[in-house]
Amino acid sequence: MTTAAQRDVHRFESVPAVREALAKVDYLADDGIAGIVYLADRLGKPVLVEGPAGTGKTQLAKSVAEITGSRLIRLQCYEGLDESKALYEWNYKKQLLRIQAERKDGATWEEVEDDIFSDDFLLTRPLLEAIRAEDPVVLLIDEVDRVEIETEALLLEVLSDFQVSIPELGTLTAKQVPLVFLTSNNTRELSEALKRRCLFLHLDYPDLEREREIVLAKVPGITEGLADQVARIVRSIRQLELKKPPSVSETLDWARTLLLLGVEQVDAAVATGTANILLKYQSDIAKATKELEQDASLGGEPAAGTSRPWQRNG
Amino acid sequence: MAEPGEGTEPGPEDPQDGRRDRGGEAAAAGITAGRHEARAGAGAAEAIRGRRAGVEPGAVRTRPRTLEEADQRLAEVGAGIALTELLAGFIGELRAAGLPVSLTENLDAMAALQHIPLEDRDAFKYALGATLVKNAAHWRVFETVFEVYFSLRGSEFALTDEQAEALAELEERMGEMPGQTGDRSGGGALGDDLTPQELAEMLMRALSQNNEAMLRALARQAVRRYAGMEPGRPVGGTYYLYRTLRNLDLEGVAEKLLQQAREQAPQPLTPLEERLERDEIEARIDRLRKEIEAEIRRRLVADRGVEAMARTLRKPLPEDVDFMHASREELAALRKAIYPLTRKLAVRLARKRRHGRRGPLDFRSTVRHSLSTGGVPIEPRFRYPRPSKPEIFVVADISGSVAAFARFTLHLVYAISNQFSKVRSFVFIDGIDEVTHLFERTEDIAEAVHRVNTEADVVWVDGHSDYGHAFEVFWQRWGKDIGPKTTVLLLGDARNNYHASQSWVLKEVQRRARHVYWLNPEPRSYWDTGDSIISEYATYCDGVFECRNLRQLERFVDNLV
Repeated sequence: MTTAAQRDVHRFESVPAVREALAKVDYLADDGIAGIVYLADRLGKPVLVEGPAGTGKTQLAKSVAEITGSRLIRLQCYEGLDESKALYEWNYKKQLLRIQAERKDGATWEEVEDDIFSDDFLLTRPLLEAIRAEDPVVLLIDEVDRVEIETEALLLEVLSDFQVSIPELGTLTAKQVPLVFLTSNNTRELSEALKRRCLFLHLDYPDLEREREIVLAKVPGITEGLADQVARIVRSIRQLELKKPPSVSETLDWARTLLLLGVEQVDAAVATGTANILLKYQSDIAKATKELEQDASLGGEPAAGTSRPWQRNG
Repeated sequence: MAEPGEGTEPGPEDPQDGRRDRGGEAAAAGITAGRHEARAGAGAAEAIRGRRAGVEPGAVRTRPRTLEEADQRLAEVGAGIALTELLAGFIGELRAAGLPVSLTENLDAMAALQHIPLEDRDAFKYALGATLVKNAAHWRVFETVFEVYFSLRGSEFALTDEQAEALAELEERMGEMPGQTGDRSGGGALGDDLTPQELAEMLMRALSQNNEAMLRALARQAVRRYAGMEPGRPVGGTYYLYRTLRNLDLEGVAEKLLQQAREQAPQPLTPLEERLERDEIEARIDRLRKEIEAEIRRRLVADRGVEAMARTLRKPLPEDVDFMHASREELAALRKAIYPLTRKLAVRLARKRRHGRRGPLDFRSTVRHSLSTGGVPIEPRFRYPRPSKPEIFVVADISGSVAAFARFTLHLVYAISNQFSKVRSFVFIDGIDEVTHLFERTEDIAEAVHRVNTEADVVWVDGHSDYGHAFEVFWQRWGKDIGPKTTVLLLGDARNNYHASQSWVLKEVQRRARHVYWLNPEPRSYWDTGDSIISEYATYCDGVFECRNLRQLERFVDNLV
């Protein structure tokens, strides 16, 4: 691994350089994010990005691919993913055809065997593709927490040594160390073995300033005043005890909605009227509406469990 | 690796204690030295490599005569030693705090440090964080330990240029204290002449301008002035924090700032605007409070040394917090931790249900899939198993000491209620009441749990736990509902206040129910002491479990399904 890393030309000069480059493609990274991307490049290690949904985990990988001019190879994980979908598969239908064709030519068994287990009959899947790529690639293993814990083991060889062992062909080693991002929504604990091989990045909801910047960057035409208000209201809502706090993507949706509606100044009525864009659960909307309408000077502390009973689904 | 080579030990007559005394400074010096070297492009890592390669072994082996010489030697051989040692101590402390840091991660951390500028504290922190901490819930613990280990910069804490400038600028504007601005060496001495009123005013100003550098400087000044810290005083940091905050009267400051915002606004603030303004002020004050905490910690570290401080600050991870002795803050953290936990548990259980066992052969599906292999059924297909779901009765003691435990268990059980065919819950102190309806109408479990505490009718005579009476009534009113599918969960410490146990009820319940389990939030060693009669009930239970923290609770629920 070290040899491969040394052979490699580093992609980034410094942490601020990463940050600036990401900002150019409208991904506003804080120092932590930029720093870890930089380290991932220098150390040749995968990054495990974890955090609530909609905080830009997948987008980070996409943006890094964009700034490095690399091809993005994506492996979407799901329950039941196996090596034939993640690593490689022998194209047995083609093999069958080949065997039938060879039979007429009277080739010996050894010849046929050598032949059907060669590159021509190998279907590469994302992991192998990333290893064999000649051009620079960024490998994104999305929602890795969705695969079963046994399947995780498939990833280990690729992640630590950047190689894939195929019994019939031998070991294929990466020509260049790709940048690897794994994302996880934390629906289950990942195995220690996987975590140990990765740098860990926890992406949480951004702070006020960063969220405002994100809104300004991603929603063209929005005024600074409105962006500021949006960010502040979202922060207020996130402080409530909600089932699903609004994510960054929902903040952006909301900002776009407000822009479309021609709102210049968000007041309580507008905020509660459009709360269904920010929040996805009826109970959350009810709670937020009540909080936002309430006179702040009356009830300082967020009243978590004192609301009236509400009707759900009619 | 992390251990210093033999040759680099400064010698036997340099006692561990001597180094510990100066440990902080040596560490600080190490980092500073590292800085310079890092600028020169070599960095601490170079020093380590050099050391490993055995650079000038002879020179190193000669014994240093004095402590100073040893220190100098240390600095010469490189910041690397100080850094590796510091890092080794740091990782040891992380492990002591319960974080699983492996050897590979240790090496990764060292490797990462070679690539970042050591003078950049944030980068340093993130490099260590990314390589050593692999769980977001552990980040807080990491941060605390980090603060303890890497916040010390000598006995006096010099302000950074930026902060000093901010203060100087302010002083100039206020037209006071001539000649003080040049005094950089004293660091925190800046602003010593301020009267409390002036300090309060500066604080207001810094808060309303959101001037972070100035806030930091003021936090230092406040701690210096109000905390009354004395070397060697055996008091915890919370005491100093309390003293400082009491003097600053932050609530009053918040109120004033809000008033100020109201006055400055062109038109009266709407409730929404007011709320946003309040949130903003609270966020800023929170930042100030953190600064003050950090400052107190820094000073305590300077006073007591890194190891001692790390030990006193060691806090259990959220999943290890004891339900019965959790502070209010810890309970809040627990409440936050329980939601992701239940979500994980639900996912895991659903998966187990689907994948745990294979059902009977699915003939149709097998034949259909055999088409792609020319009619040869290479891959047999199986039906999903559909095991029967148990029915759960939760009977929980919600009197004072065990209330928190009952709340968390109820929360957890309801959060995974789709794993059960039916969940019914009963709460008692000396009377018993069914609270199932509270959970049925709402999807907000936290609120339902809250309402259990306020609305359930659980007091019969005096509001002291009476398990005997509660069980008796339970049997009379709901006993007939218990069937062979029912699992009964009993929650409580079985401290019966010397009432009659009425354990015959449990005997009857056990006869009818599928299983009877008892979860006790007390440590096992306290069982059957005083008025606890757990073993009397245990005779009629299929299992009695100690359940003091989220980890144990999670494990139990996991096995239950």
